[in-house]
This record gives sequence, C-alpha cells and structure tokens, in this order.
Amino acid sequence: MRLYLKYFSIHLKSQMQYKVSFFLTALGQFLVSFTALLGVYFMMSRFNEVAGFTLQEVLLCYGTILLAFSIAECFGRGFDVFPQMIGNGEFDRALVRPRPIVFQVLSSKMEFTRIGRVLQAVFVFCYAIPASGIVWTGDKILTLALMIICGSIVFFALFLVYAAFSFFTLEGLEFMNVLTNGGREFGRYPFSVYGDGVLKFLTYIVPLALFQYYPLLYLLGRETGIAYMLSPLMGLLFLIPAYAFWRFGLSRYKSTGS
Amino acid sequence: MIALQNINKTFRVAKRQAGFGNAVKALFSREYEMVHALNDVSFTIRDGEMVGYIGPNGAGKSTTIKIMCGVLNPDNGVCTIDGRIPWKERVAHVREIGVVFGQRSQLWWDVPVIDSFELIRDIYKVDEKLYKQNLDELSALLDLSEILKTPARSLSLGQRMRCEIAASLLHSPKTLFLDEPTIGLDAVSKIAVRQFIKKLNAERGTTVILTTHDMQDIEALTERILLIGKGRILLDGSLAELKKRSSERKTLVVEYSGSMPTMCEGMTLAESREGRLIVALDPAVLPVSDAITKLAAQTELLDVSVSDITAEEMVAALYREYRI
Repeated sequence: MRLYLKYFSIHLKSQMQYKVSFFLTALGQFLVSFTALLGVYFMMSRFNEVAGFTLQEVLLCYGTILLAFSIAECFGRGFDVFPQMIGNGEFDRALVRPRPIVFQVLSSKMEFTRIGRVLQAVFVFCYAIPASGIVWTGDKILTLALMIICGSIVFFALFLVYAAFSFFTLEGLEFMNVLTNGGREFGRYPFSVYGDGVLKFLTYIVPLALFQYYPLLYLLGRETGIAYMLSPLMGLLFLIPAYAFWRFGLSRYKSTGS
Repeated sequence: MIALQNINKTFRVAKRQAGFGNAVKALFSREYEMVHALNDVSFTIRDGEMVGYIGPNGAGKSTTIKIMCGVLNPDNGVCTIDGRIPWKERVAHVREIGVVFGQRSQLWWDVPVIDSFELIRDIYKVDEKLYKQNLDELSALLDLSEILKTPARSLSLGQRMRCEIAASLLHSPKTLFLDEPTIGLDAVSKIAVRQFIKKLNAERGTTVILTTHDMQDIEALTERILLIGKGRILLDGSLAELKKRSSERKTLVVEYSGSMPTMCEGMTLAESREGRLIVALDPAVLPVSDAITKLAAQTELLDVSVSDITAEEMVAALYREYRI
C-alpha cells in the first residue's frame, strides 16, 4: 500500500508537469458528461418519468454509475490502456520487477483528469440525495456506498477482461467498450428501461444491474428484501472469472520485438 | 550460475502478402508460419563471468534474454538460474537480476531521476543503508550527481543510459543483463559505460550478459563469446580463440606513389583507391615481410601498416561462414 502511494505521488507529480493540459482535460471531462446530464434533464422534463422513475430517481442512478465508472477509470486506467503497455514493451519491464503483475499494471497509470467526472457526479448527488425524497437511514446510506464501491470494482473487472484479451490479440478489442463506456452511457437510466432481455444479461452475465437497478429499488423503498440491498456484493463475484481469464491470458503471453 | 539445456521456443507468426486485397483476405483466413526462434539452445555461465552474446538481427538473442529474465517461457527445455526456474519463481528470481533494455527506458519520464530511483528502491524493498551506499557509489562511478534532479525526459541519450544502468543496479543484483547498452551513444559515453561495466564485474563479481552489435563492446568487455544464429548456438569460446580460428589473415594498408602494384599469390585486393591499397594477406602462403618486399619492388611505398583482423570483420566472416 505504501508503494502504491509512492506511485500515486509520482503520477501526480508527472501530471502536474503539464498543468494546462491537466485542467483542460479535466474541464473537458466535466463538460462531456455535463451534456449527458442535460440530455437526461430534457428527456425527463418532457416525459416526467421513464419506466416509472422520476428525474430525481434517475439522477441517483446517473450519479452512481458515473462515479463508479470514474473511480474505476482513474485507478484502473492501466488496464484500459494495457494493449499499449504490451505494444511498447513496458509490460516486459513489469515482468522483471519483483511485485505482483496486477499491482504493477494497476499502478502503471493513474488518470487524475477524471476528477472532472467525479466532481460532476458529486454535484449530481448533492442535488439528487436530498431531492429524491428518500429518508436516509443507515441502511440506505450503506446501500448507496455499496453501489458505488462495488460498481467501481465491477467496471474494474471489465477492464481486466479487456486487458486479458490483448494477450491474444496484442491489440485492444473495441467491442469491449460496449460494456465499459456503453455501460456508463446506458447506465444513466435504470437498466429495466431497456427491457427484460437486457436486464437479464446485465444481471447474470455482466452484472452491471446488480449495483445499479436492484439496489436502487431498495433505496427507493420499492423492494425491502435484504437481497436487494446486498446485491452489489454479489456483483463482486464477477471478479473471479475476470481474474481467471487474466491469468490464462498471462500464461499465453508472447512478448513483442526486441 | 546460469544453465540452459535444450531450450526451444517457437512463435506462431501470421503472414500475408503485401497489398490491399491480401489484407482483406487475411481478415478471414490466415496462414501461420512457425518461426523457430530458439532451437535446442544450451549453455552454462558461471558466477562472475562476463559473456558477450552476439548474432545478427532476429537470431534469437532477445528471446534468450527474455527467457532468462522470466518474461517468456520456452516450449521445452530446462533453464535454471541459481537453481531457480525464472518463469516459475518469477518474483524470487527477478529480485536477483538487473535488466537494461537499451531501447526501452525504465525511468519515469516526467519526474527527476532521483524520484525514479527511490521508487525502484521501494519496489525492490532495498534496505535504506544499502540503497544509500549503492546510490553514492553508482553516482560517483557513473558521474550522475549533476543529473539526478533532472527529469528523465530532458536527459541526453548518454546521460539517460547511465541512469538506466544505475537504476538496474540499485538492488545489488547478482546477474546483470544488458541488451544493447551502448546503442546510440557517443564515443565518450560508450567508453564510460564500458569502463563501468568492467569495474562492476571485477569489484562486485556481478555476472554480466551482454548483447550488442558493437564489436568494440565485445572486444573491450568480454572474455567469452556466444554466437547465435537462426536460433542455434553456433560458437562458444574466447575472443582470442575465435580470432585464431577465423584464420590468421592480416590486413595490409599500403600507401604508395607511382604505378599500382599487382597482387601475387597469398594477397587479395580488398580495396583500391588512388595511391592507397587495402590488401588481405594470408601469412601461411606469403609471410608479411615477403609481401612488403614484393610490393616495394613494384612501386615506391610511402606507408605500410599491418593489422590483425578486427572483431567486426571476424564476426562478419563468421556470419558468412554459417550463412546466417
């Protein structure tokens, strides 16, 4: 952990070498997701509700997915740009260091410009949390925290799968973006609005709904079962196949060039 | 001690012809070619040895180095380094080795070199006292004290390379792998790096394995040479032995004024320019003194120099001999 903080400070120092670039990128990140927010706002002001969810409720959803994704991207960026790491031989370097590989990839890159999105998500929460009409008891707060933390981990697991593919292709696979970036975009609305098939897929195969739709129902008091509250934890099971796939990829690794 | 026994490594490489049509075709069906990067490679290197590992591009040098570093695992064969199998006990193994890939940096680009060094110290969990001692020693030997506070991106290539070498030695590794350490360096930096490596080997007893295309590196540094070509170890011996083996030929550089002399048996004309000849000579057929006498009889000699075959020529001759 101490070492991770060291890496953290190195990355922070590096990125602060280019201050203008840093702030403009962060601003850009903020603006891009801000337009998405406007989209949600106009949609909701026209229709008042989508599949039985009001604006405030949708915004809770939006904030959760945005924050979870941004955290995952900020710290798991190393896996997101992993094909590049293989391509330029940096990964060979990681292999000759006496530390776990996952740790090294994780600490190879940190993207602090994502602070733009994090801020956005925080603003959204500032509005939606009081406006949603939810009575914020201990269990509800815990549920929201679980949604965000487990959400980041599920997104992170997706990055891991994405990275593992590049052991075979030596190039990234853009189709994985449907699940990562796509998950973020579509996750602005509760997944139930996309129909039963999509919801099933996002429950049993790629468990994005487990930290978004089900616990949201609990938050809103529409379901009271403890399973709904703890469903984000079940989503963590996704890490197991993701990690196994990563290990498998690693064992098949062939390096590039000299 | 490093021991490789019957190591094989094959890569599957997709191949296709040039052109757009073939590129489209390759999307659907691909032909693969098996490239035998390493073919039954065996050798042992004792502790404290300094070995030059040479061969033309694509001969399998980097693959061998990567196997010894634990980056790649071979298809079959045994490789043990200090009793460990590199790719199986990766973490324990890499703690004992230092690696410099000449073309790739291990320094963090945007921060001062010293920050990179401290991070490496933490990665390897180097004891503070040892780190201090190594850092002092390395910065004195490699003349780093001035540049430690500079970000790696503003260093010249020579400065960067010295930092790279220092970075790979901070944890006092037993074995050092140098993959083209002098590539792109100017003469002064090259000499500094060579001297340092020599000293390191002599004083710390570090085993050094060096790949290079620069024959002066080999000449200056290593006693022993491993020649690899097309994935096979072709030669394993000392530089002196090799020189002897690759014929006793001498090179004569002759400057003359007057008519151009003709060659006789035992002499081959290698290069001829106005007033200057380079002649390859086989002393077994024609002794050097006789050759000079013969030349002097035909024209007026201004200057004659006799030299042994250079390492460069010798390696070129070896490559030719083995058709690699």
